Amino acid sequence: MPAILLDRVFNPWDEIQRYQTEELRSGLYGATASFVGTMRDFNIDEKVSLMTLEHYPEMTQHFLNELCDRCLKDYDINDCLIVHRFGDIHPGEPIVLTAAWSAHRAQAFDACRNLIEELKSHAPFWKKEATDKGERWVHDEQQSDEK
Amino acid sequence: MSINVQFFASLREQLGKQQVTLEFTRPVTVLDIWSQASDGLKMPNNTLCAINMEYVKTDAMANDGDEVAFFPPVTGG
Repeated sequence: MPAILLDRVFNPWDEIQRYQTEELRSGLYGATASFVGTMRDFNIDEKVSLMTLEHYPEMTQHFLNELCDRCLKDYDINDCLIVHRFGDIHPGEPIVLTAAWSAHRAQAFDACRNLIEELKSHAPFWKKEATDKGERWVHDEQQSDEK
Repeated sequence: MSINVQFFASLREQLGKQQVTLEFTRPVTVLDIWSQASDGLKMPNNTLCAINMEYVKTDAMANDGDEVAFFPPVTGG
């Protein structure tokens, strides 16, 4: 149940495969649910060429670790995983992966959704976008309705 | 007592500083710390606060050696 912060491009499908192979016993789980957030090249009708994700390193790691712990207690799952980028991110690159493994699909779906919703609401990350008109911070109301 | 104060994202840019260490001779709340650390700037309504990496409200008390952080609403994911 790790929460991993990365300052480099990652392949979410490789991360899932690696975690399953290295950490989970084959036959233990019957369902894998995952969510991948990917950087768009537009936001609020403007072209975005680069996004910089600032974070509060110690608190972000602490929060995501606790989120994984809570998820394991609150849902009937075998395991869960969070991978999140920070630093400079380009359009098309994955920003975040949340995944959950369980015996049956319902708990895996619910746990996976809980991970991403809690992360988006509370994990201390801040997006700054580079557009043709300059840099701007993304505000919470700009993504609250974009589920 | 000594408090390590951190600012992030737009608040860091607005205040022109990321970190400051403050000394107090009496018990203080998070709001007291903001008042001294922000050079008189009124705290924006949506500011989030943390003590030692746990979210708190502005009336929470800080202790010697605490790290107090101020930042805008989060936008990760």
